[in-house]
Amino acid sequence: MKSLKQNDPVQYSRIYSLGASRGSSEVTNDEIAGPIDSSDEWIRQRTGIVTRMRAPEGQSLMDLAVEASNEAIAKSGIEPSEIDAVILATISFPYATPSGATMLAGEVGATDAAAYDISAACAGYCYGIAQADALIRSGNSKYVLVVGGEKLSDFISPTDRSISFLLGDGAGAAIVGPSDHPGISKTVWGSDGANWDKVGMTGSILDFRDGKTEWPTLVQEGQSVFRWAVWEMVKVAKDALEASGLEPEDLTALVTHQANVRIIDEFAKQLGLPETVVVAKDIVETGNTSAASIPLAMHRLLAEDKVKSGGYALQIGFGAGLAYAAQVVELP
Amino acid sequence: MALSEQDVLAGLAELVNDETGIAADAVQMEKSFTDDLDIDSISMMTIVVNAEDKFGVKIPDEEVKNLITVADAVNFITSNQG
Repeated sequence: MKSLKQNDPVQYSRIYSLGASRGSSEVTNDEIAGPIDSSDEWIRQRTGIVTRMRAPEGQSLMDLAVEASNEAIAKSGIEPSEIDAVILATISFPYATPSGATMLAGEVGATDAAAYDISAACAGYCYGIAQADALIRSGNSKYVLVVGGEKLSDFISPTDRSISFLLGDGAGAAIVGPSDHPGISKTVWGSDGANWDKVGMTGSILDFRDGKTEWPTLVQEGQSVFRWAVWEMVKVAKDALEASGLEPEDLTALVTHQANVRIIDEFAKQLGLPETVVVAKDIVETGNTSAASIPLAMHRLLAEDKVKSGGYALQIGFGAGLAYAAQVVELP
Repeated sequence: MALSEQDVLAGLAELVNDETGIAADAVQMEKSFTDDLDIDSISMMTIVVNAEDKFGVKIPDEEVKNLITVADAVNFITSNQG
């Protein structure tokens, strides 16, 4: 009996380029503090956020995703038609089907690319990078566009004190391709479904259809999520660092999901990184953009010259699911 | 070896001071963490995790909500020591 032909594997992959797009409205703490009976001072102290960027009516998730993707493609050195797969990590594309990724592939000229959405919340982008790495190194795809994109403002309640005031809109894109040296380390990832109810929506779309709830919006049990995000996720970060073969002092940057500055600070403290490692805090001006937060934060570090291309960054996403993923990447 | 209530209070006061800068002697049994000591829920969780390490007790998330006063925390830790 004949045996099946297989792809020729490729040894390494790396991120070629990043693109970023944030909601065009800058929303200050003062503008949202009223309905949550809060203040600019309280929000800054509790979360570190000064402003969050939101997409107004007329700026869609797809607009953000396309803009970020076009920048990443333009900087990558490849043509859009060479993209073999488009992965959109999102929780806020407003159709059950067709996927956002198929629309995105069409919009950016990635003709006939495989295209699918990932729903992994704040871990979505790192899940997407893990997938791109696997697709490339297995020889299945040569170039992959990975986008973390969200319009969370479509799913927030102005009176919710648990999470809504943290949230922003944006998209970050990466072009991933083959490399002559390792550019993405082994992904450490997983989930904790026993805590499915710790971060999520106030109801399902069926609940909404049947009049049982208002429009479903995001909500979380903040204290529980804080504990998990710091003490459990630091263990994952340490595992990912060990799997990469690096020591903490070999890192140029730590790019965590931009959940809350208090989480980022405690996380960095628990991880015990030397002061030379730059810790990304894009959340201060952008807010928490779920799947978009890591590529936006990394793009900002590079754009502001806080880090140099070629250095290593430990990136870790964690959130609703609960789901998490971490890997070390070479900065594009 | 089980610690006395006084020892637990002193240990907890030290943890509160480490996390928030609040003077250890301000951490008294009748004080409410949020209303009197102005400790927010994130700092509270850090103190709880550090207390788990320090005193060798498990303080599950559901229990944290019940720790309104310093006495609530001291009593919980004292009664749950290994």
